[in-house]
Formats: sequence, structure tokens, C-alpha cells
Amino acid sequence: MRTLTKLDGDSSRARRDLHDHIQGSGPLARHTVDSTGRRQAGSSSFHESAKKHVTGKAAYIDDLVLPADVLHVALGLSPIAHGTLTQLDLSRVKEAPGVVDVITFHEVPGHTDIGPVFPGDPIFVDQEISYAGQCLFAVAATSLQAARRAVKLAAVSIDEQPASLDPVAATEREEFVRPTHVQTRGNWQQALDQAEQIIEGELFVGGQEHFYLEGQACVVHPTEDEGVIVHTSNQHPSETQKLVAEVLDIPFHAVTVEVRRMGGGFGGKETQASPWACIAAFIARRTGKTVRLRLPRSEDMRATGKRHPFHNRYRLAIDSKGVLQGGEITVIGDCGYSPDLSDAIVDRAMFHADNAYSLGEAQVTGHRAKTHTASNTAFRGFGGPQGMMIIEAAMDDIARKIGEDPLTIRKRNFYRDGREVTHYGQQVDQRQLLHTLVETLESDSEYWARRKAVSDFNATSPVIKKGLALTPVKFGISFTAQHLNQAGALLHVYTDGSVMINHGGTEMGQGLHTKICQVVARELGLDLDKVRITATRTDKVPNTSPTAASSGADLNGMAARDAAGKLRERLFDFAAEHFTEGLDREGMRLEDGMLVAGIGESERRVPWGELVQTAYINRVSLSEKGFYATPLIHYDRSIGQGRPFYYYAFGAAVAEVSVDTLSGEYLVDRVDILHDVGDSLNPAIDIGQVEGGFIQGMGWLTSEELKWNDKGALVSDGPATYKIPTYGDLPPTFNVALLEGHPNSMASLYRSKAVGEPPFMLGISVWSALRDALSSLTNYTDSPHLDTPATPERVMLAANAIREKAL
Amino acid sequence: MATIAFLLNGAPHQCEVSPNTSILTLLREHLALTGTKEGCASGDCGACTVAIGEQNADTHTFTSANACITPAHQLQGRHLVTIEGLAKEGRLHPAQEAMIECHGSQCGFCTPGIVMSLFTLHNDLTQRPAPLTPERLEAALGGNLCRCTGYRPIRDAALRMNDMPYERPQWQDAALSTSENDAEITDPTAKTPFFAQPLSLAALTRLRQEAPQARLVAGGTDLWLESTQRLASLDQLIDVSRVAELLTVEATTFEGQPGWWIGAGVTYTQLEPLFEEHFPAFAHLLHRLGSQQIRNRGTLGGNIANASPIGDTPPVLLALGARVELASVKGSRCLALENFFLDYKQTAMAADEVVSRIFIPQAIERSQLRVWKLSKRREDDISAVLGAFSYRIEQGVLHDVRIAFGGMAATPKRAQAAEATLEGSAITADAFRAAQRSLDEDFQPMSDVRGSQHYRQQAAKNLFERLYLSLSAPDREVMLHAYAH
Repeated sequence: MRTLTKLDGDSSRARRDLHDHIQGSGPLARHTVDSTGRRQAGSSSFHESAKKHVTGKAAYIDDLVLPADVLHVALGLSPIAHGTLTQLDLSRVKEAPGVVDVITFHEVPGHTDIGPVFPGDPIFVDQEISYAGQCLFAVAATSLQAARRAVKLAAVSIDEQPASLDPVAATEREEFVRPTHVQTRGNWQQALDQAEQIIEGELFVGGQEHFYLEGQACVVHPTEDEGVIVHTSNQHPSETQKLVAEVLDIPFHAVTVEVRRMGGGFGGKETQASPWACIAAFIARRTGKTVRLRLPRSEDMRATGKRHPFHNRYRLAIDSKGVLQGGEITVIGDCGYSPDLSDAIVDRAMFHADNAYSLGEAQVTGHRAKTHTASNTAFRGFGGPQGMMIIEAAMDDIARKIGEDPLTIRKRNFYRDGREVTHYGQQVDQRQLLHTLVETLESDSEYWARRKAVSDFNATSPVIKKGLALTPVKFGISFTAQHLNQAGALLHVYTDGSVMINHGGTEMGQGLHTKICQVVARELGLDLDKVRITATRTDKVPNTSPTAASSGADLNGMAARDAAGKLRERLFDFAAEHFTEGLDREGMRLEDGMLVAGIGESERRVPWGELVQTAYINRVSLSEKGFYATPLIHYDRSIGQGRPFYYYAFGAAVAEVSVDTLSGEYLVDRVDILHDVGDSLNPAIDIGQVEGGFIQGMGWLTSEELKWNDKGALVSDGPATYKIPTYGDLPPTFNVALLEGHPNSMASLYRSKAVGEPPFMLGISVWSALRDALSSLTNYTDSPHLDTPATPERVMLAANAIREKAL
Repeated sequence: MATIAFLLNGAPHQCEVSPNTSILTLLREHLALTGTKEGCASGDCGACTVAIGEQNADTHTFTSANACITPAHQLQGRHLVTIEGLAKEGRLHPAQEAMIECHGSQCGFCTPGIVMSLFTLHNDLTQRPAPLTPERLEAALGGNLCRCTGYRPIRDAALRMNDMPYERPQWQDAALSTSENDAEITDPTAKTPFFAQPLSLAALTRLRQEAPQARLVAGGTDLWLESTQRLASLDQLIDVSRVAELLTVEATTFEGQPGWWIGAGVTYTQLEPLFEEHFPAFAHLLHRLGSQQIRNRGTLGGNIANASPIGDTPPVLLALGARVELASVKGSRCLALENFFLDYKQTAMAADEVVSRIFIPQAIERSQLRVWKLSKRREDDISAVLGAFSYRIEQGVLHDVRIAFGGMAATPKRAQAAEATLEGSAITADAFRAAQRSLDEDFQPMSDVRGSQHYRQQAAKNLFERLYLSLSAPDREVMLHAYAH
């Protein structure tokens, strides 16, 4: 595979390559499972660290063995959401036992603003306090306990001001972290004016705490020159490298950032891991000692941003059949106090306000409200889920209004030939796949028979009501910031034939490293155990993009494949010239640990070990780097139109729930999922992503409730008060399948598709099923309002409201 | 500092640690065994799950515990098994093997805790062979949060590990010859740290009198949060978990009522069989109280003495008419539980007293108990509202109505106005509507992280409707049985 960046000539070869590159005529992942069952791309290899996980040997940041004089850092956080810091007396802190160093805004030598994309995130508060949990100062001591106790001795005076906590009010006052963006296609106003019917609604969609099991953590070693080595639990090492260098006012090459693995990321360590690395690095330079900084759980939850809560509204024109003609959708993202990644997140909410449905002539508006909370950030789906919620709410609402089953209405509105272009101007490729997938699931899950059973049950059950819903997912794959769609890899072959691959992606449990090893093993025709991956480091592969946007395997896998392919070609060239018996260069291949040339009687085989040994002796480089940049994508923000996504991933889920309408308690009885990953790189890992994403999405919409008090302090700041799904929330019947036989229509990595984020939104089916159950209280004539998370409290209050209305 | 002696993964171990040290700190910071992870330091996530073995004849019985909130000193004479100990000579334990084969780990951070929970389940299954029901699985795994997998592969691993060949290795039952720690404190009034482990009630009450400033610890499941979350130094501790009189359950008659004296140090797990037999609704509540790790450590006495308004057992005990016995060197006294709770976290217990036993009267004929806990999550969550209803029905009329709620006031509290409304009335919609109205007299709940005031008030009222429906139309399903019975 040649990369696009090399296609600068106008030869026909380059044109053909470019065509292949885009149209996807390449090999499939499944074709890599060989007869001997060797674990290459396309097979269900175990996670590369699985054995280390189960024996406790996999090391996370807090497990690293450190020098005896390591310093531990604790942070002083603001208890107040908004105000001015009038006094910060740290004299008692400095005198506390074990304290070695105390730093504030004023000690920082370089940049004090560590905003990742746009400015606005001070490393420490100077004067203005913008959220409860914002960092005021840091203490380094000989033990974590000593540091944490010392923090409590600070004398802090704050001139408290009223906190702005309502994003809708902030929007009305035009308090934004970034300007409003609008996407328009067609004459949406006219569509509303000429509508047969107009339907409107609004929805509050709650935020979500990442609750990665391993909290934010880093260890920083000072180096012998002016630099640092940073070990961090981090999805974006290159950005941390940049920010640490800027804070320390040293060149980037003086900072090396290393990430072996994270104990969960989910977006929460894309930008939000950097501040701690910057603080620890600064203390490491000041003291000359190794510094460890790990946020205790409640501080982690208060100090770091979360999934954006959204307030969404729709006003849509429909025809008598419930088909969308056009209209407007407005999404308001609660961004917290600073931009962080909110521009792209609200954009993605807008890009997904259609989900799988053609909006017709529509305008989508996205506001970025500024409030006095932590700066909300990336979280699996990156605004997409919040955007999708409004159109899924609308689908249910339309169904009740028209008096048809919500599934019928959904299918009627799917993108189809003639209605194939999104409100931002991208044509939906593989749109037929959406229909095929949903029809297959509808049939496999026996949707209609169960619909009847649910109705029959509800007719005779006054308190317990069952609900059923099928919701689809269409999720755009690519970073919407075009420049991030690039990746690098570094491949070394050692003289014993063992292979080392490094790339820019980070491992957070998603199995990226496993897939990359599979890619290299496939390209070099080796057993998987010949290929090893080590920590992601900025001094091995530089200038990397975050492991985010589901793109880890798509981008880095292609870069690794590029490196392996180039090395393979070089070895072929060498072998064709070197081996005296004369190997046929044409048709040369690597398989089963051999270089194979010719066929039949003229076939010649050279063992891999002998090949690389010979190449080394003959001074052929056994190291190669790879690169990849996603072709085609572009988006013109000035007109809100373009092709921001290389392709779409699809999926659908059917959820069935039982609701106690007196108590609001409910159970998810059964879930059926069919999901599209193109041609799977590793079915076991992909299923794991689908299941885990679904449960996480379900948690977001059900039990995971963020609560702040009226002064803006987060009160759900630990697992005792913030409830992620636990074992008992696993549906007793949980049928999950990958869609077979539909490789990616684009030339992605072995025609696979990204899998990290899309399944998250399958969880919407549970929320829709809960609404379906509540709707039964109105004999399906009304669509009950149900903000999220749909806790038992919200479900009970919704049911009570329906009952009271009926009285 | 004091020395503790215990078995660590089959080998005798001795070390000196301060009383304030948790097992997790001991492992990670003193012994450099970092396989056991800290996820929350509050006993809610299970990443730090370890197994603690107690010698039982020739074998050890292992139960799971959250290392982050379990005092290291309680390891004295016990067998601590951690993730590092399971694989011996390169051979993985079936729990480990099955987790690999079923793709049960993704990021891997919760995995050691999950493997340890599976280990105790496996141990339990081999020692007490019984079907691996969904309920048993849920109990075994409900205390381990995983944010990546969605639990399906972990369920598969739990099922698969039992089909794997396994021979119990000798190290698990290694003998430890050690005496119990001394309960004597050299100078209890001084500021010297101690972790006293009295073995008798006499020793306990004497210590309590000598050192009233010391904190009592049983399971530590709530107390230890003061150390991990509020950074308090728990330097002087009196451990009630080995006091013989506090560990018994005695069927007897008290003040003319048959019932049971339950030692304050009896854990929830140990209570399960008794409750299953005599108070199934209470037993069902226990399954939703904390997690297995918590239930293995937490005690009925601790739940009462802690006097939280949202403790799960006090409303039930109030509805059952339980009595609490307080002991001191002067002797003991007994009072009705409703007289024990004075105000928010205030009790009638004097500085020199301990909760020694709780008396639960046996249910009288034709009486019923309903216990309904409302929370955001079904498992391992704290109640927003918990209602306990005890009553007797004779010829369609309600008698001996005792109703108590948690989460509705500053203390666990009886709903006396509602009780009075229902007492002696027939099972009619009107009577229950009147009871709902009288709840406004009984309670003015507050809004907090677990629920709004409006929700609490309305939910409590709806529980009366649930009760009415379940009594008036007993054949009809009016609740989800995973939550309520």
C-alpha cells in the first residue's frame, strides 16, 4: 500500500493506486486466517496483555517502580465555582511535615495557558476561578498522604460570585466558549411553512463521567539535560509533549512522553491527562526528583471534564406518513468554562443530529454554552450520541402522532436513493446496508412478534409495563479536524527475525496493539508471537494524533501496514538479486514464516530468519517507517458543507424493558444487536467493543447521573453516588452479532471499519424502550417526555405525570 | 506500630504497620505487590478485591474483601490471597485461564479484582457444590465494576472456569501457628497508636471505658472512608470483630417474645441463612445491600451504630420491633431501636458503651414483612428511599402495623401517622390513600444526590399503593422481583 502523500506524480500507476485507495479493492481482513489457524489480522487473537492482566503483572502508572526519593503531588482545588482568588496563603502548607515544594500560577516559567486547541485553560488559577475543582496550587511531599494533608492547611480567600450553571440561560445571554455554527441544506423555512404537519419537542441529555478505572496519573523523571521523561495514562502523548515543553519553556525534543497502557480512557485522557503531566514535569525540573501525580477518585471527578450535557430542540415538518420534509434542530452543548475540544464536539453533535434519517431541507444549529463547571471534553462518541438523541426522540414522537410503530417511522425516514445527502452535504454511501442490517435484525430478533407480545402483556398489566424499541446508528468515521487524520509507524526487524512495531496510537483496552500486531504479522507472513509491540513513545513515532475518534486501528494500522509493506518490498528486491539460484521477483510472497518465490516445481522457500540474517550481512536496512493520511475528506466550515467522513459505520439494537410504573424501577430484559464493522480485524475484540460500548451507552442514559449542587459543586463525585452499570445490569439475554459479508466500500484497513465509538449509541434503544413502556400508559397516543439519564426517579415522575393527567 | 502475622499467598508473613494502614496500602506500599489496584479507595469498585481465608478445620474458607477499606491488622492469623498468589509454577488458576479464553479483560485495570472475586466463587463452588445460579453469579460479581467489557465475557468466564480441571493446591490450606493478638493496651489514654483486638465482651467494654476516644471497628466498611476520603488518622482502634459474644446468633425468648439475639459483629453474609429462612424479604434486601465484598465484612451492629439515615437494615429492624443491647463495664441495657436513634448520626449510646447484640422478634403468625428499597442502580447502591412494612392481616383487617422508612428523615424513622391510619382498617383504596396523605405528617424529606424531595415523598407514597395492590390483588404482578418481593 502506497500512501496518498507519495502520489504526487501523474503516472497512470499513481492514478490506479489512488483509485484503489479510495474505492477499496484491497484484500479483506478475513482472508488472513490461514489454514493452520495462525493468529493474524481477521482472527480472534487474545488481547496482547491478557495474561498480564489476569496475573496482575500488567503495570499501570501507579505500579511503576520508582526511586526512593520520589515526590508525591497533591492538588489544591477550588471549592467555589466562580469568583476571584483574593488570597492564597500557603505558609502553613510549606511548613507541613514531608512537604518539599509548593507551586502556584506565579512559579510557572513558560506558558500558563494549556488549552489544547484554543486558549482558555490556565494551569493554575491566577485570579479568576471558573469552576469548583479548578486547580489553585500543587504540593509535592515525600508521601501522598503528607501531600494531601498539607493541602488542607492552605488559607484560601475567594470573592465568590454567582455561578452560571444553566447552558440554556447562557445561550440566551450569548455566553459561548466558541461561536455558534450552522449547517443548512435547502429551504428549511419553506419546508416548515408548507408542512402538512409540524412536530416539535425538546430534550435534556445528561453528561457522563468517564469513570476509567485507572484515574488520571503520571510519573515524570527529570533527564540529565533540561528535559523530562513523562510516563502518563494518556490518549494523546504528542499533545502532552507539546504542552509540557511549553510550560517548561524547553524545546519539544527535550520531552519524551511514554504510554504503555491505560486503565481505560474513553476520551477522558485525550486532553484531560495533560495538566497533571505539566504540573508534575514542572516539579520534577524544579526539584530534580522523580515526581508521581495521581488524582484520588473524587478529585479526578471534580477536576476533569465530562461528556457534555446537551439541551436539544427540534421543529420538523412531516408529511401524512411521518416522513421528514425539513425543519430545524438546535443543539446546545454545555461546554463548561473553556473551549477544550467543544468546537469539534458540538460539530459532531450537529453532524449526527440526523442519525440514520434524511432530514430533508434542514438547518442544524449548534451553540457552545459557557458555564462554570469543569471543561467538558471528549467521551466516546464525541457529541455524536447527544446529537442523535434529539432525532431519535423525534422519531418516537412522530410515531405516536401518526399512530404507527416507531420502527415503521424510523425505516420510512432512513437515507435511501433519492434521499441520500446529509444536511452537511455528504452523500451517504452504503445506505442500502442500513436497510439490510435493520431488516435482518428485525427478523432475527422477532421484533413484530415481540411487539405483539408486549402489547398483549401491557393490556392486562396495570403496573408493570413492557417496552420495546429498535434504534439504528449511523456514525461518521474520521476526525472532523482534517489534519488529525494521519498516522505514523516504526518497524524494526532484528537479526533473529523477531519484529518490533511501534505506532502513534495508544492502548486503553480497546485492543489496538493486538490488531496492529496482527496487521504486521499478516504483512510479513509471520506468527503473531514473532511480533511485539512496546510502549507508545514520542521519540519513536513523532507528531501523532490522539487515539480517538475510533480511528486508532484505521490510521495506525494503515501506517504499520505501510511500513511492513515497504520493508517486505525491500527484502524482495534484495532476495531477487542475492540468492544465486535466482528467485522470481514477480509473485514473491511472505507466508508461514518463509519467503516464497515461484510456484509449483520452481517454488523456492527461504526461512524468515535466514532471510533477515542474510539481508543484515549484506547491509540491507531492516527498519522502516510507515505513514498514512486519510484521503478524500474535507469540510468547509464557512458554508457548513463538505465530506467530513471517509465512511460511515452502521449498527442497530433492539431493547426490551420491563418498567414498574409505580416505583420507576426497570429491567432490561433482552437486547439484540447487529453491528457493522466492515470486515472485522478481530471479531472477539470487535464484539467486546460492541458489547462494552452498548452497556456504557445504556449507563449514560439510565443510572449515571451527574449532580451539582446549586453553587456548582459536583456532588456525585465517587462510585458511591455515581452509578455506572454493574454486573446485574447485563441483560439476561444479550445477542450480539457482527454483520457479515459487507466489507467497507472504502479502502480502509483490509476493508474493516472503526468500532470504538459507534456501538455506544446502540444504548439509545434502552431509553427509547423505556419511553415505549411509558407510552403504553397513554395507550400509545402520547410520547412521554423523558430527559436523561432516565433514572428510576425520572421514570417514576414521568409515569406519575401521565397518571395525574389522566385523572 | 504493631506486628501482625498472617499467611500471604500460602507463606507465613510478619510485618509492622500502623493501625491506620489498609490492606491495600500494606500490599502496594509496604510489600510492593502492585497487582491489587486502587480504583476508588471507598469500597465501591472492587478493583482492590482480595481473598481472606479463615482456617476451618483443615481447610481455609476464603471470602472476598475490598482491600482499600479493610484494616491490615485484621489480617492477624488469617490467610491473605492476592492476584500475585494464584498462579503457581506457571500454571494459571481456572479463573485466570477462563478470563483469557473468554476475552474477559480489555483495559485490564479491574481484572485482578474480578479474578479474585472469581477465585472466591470458585473456592466456594468447590467447597459447597451447588448450582451456579444467576443470583449466585450476581452476588459474586456485583461488587466489581468494569467500564470496558459490559460484563458478558466475564459472565462467560465465570461459567467456563468451573468446567476446567482443578486440583486444590496445598498452599491454600497452609497452616499458620499464631496466637491472637493481645487486647491489652499499655497506656490507653496516651496518644500512642494501637489496634486492640479483644476476644471477650469483658475485655471489649474495659477497653471502651479506658479509651473512649478510640474508634470501634468491625468490618470498617464505613469507618475506613474517614481515612481514605477525609484523610483522618485512625490511630486508636478497638476491633470488635473477634469478640466471642458478638459473633453468635442465639434463638431464644426475650420479654416473652421468641426471637433471636444477634451479635453485633455478625456479618451480613453470616446472617443470610437465618434471614432466608425466617425473613425472606429481609434476605432479599441483603442481596442488594452493598456488594459481596461489603457483606462479607459489614455487620448488623455497625449498620445500627453508624446511625446513618440511609442505612439499609435499620428501617427493617424498626418495622420488626427490634431491640438493641448496649454493653459497658457496668453491665448492659436494652432499648427499643426507635429510641436508639436520636438525630442525624446521634444515638443513645454512651461513650463507654458498645452495641453488643440486637434482638429480632420472630414473626408472629399471619404477619407479613415487605421491604422495598429504591435506588438508582439495583446492585451495590445506597437507598434513596427504603420502606419496610410489617403487619398482620386478620379477616381482611390490618393489625400490628409497623412501617419505617430510610432516606426520609434525619434518622431511620417509623411512619407513625401512616401506621395509625392503617391500623385496624380494612384493605381498601381509601384507607391506603389516607395513609399516603398522612405520610406528609410523618416526613419532610430533603433533596440530595440520591433523589429530590418531591421524588422521595412521591416514591414513598407509591410504595403504599404498591402494598395496597399487592394485598388487594395478590395474583397480579405489581413489582419487578429482581428489585422487590
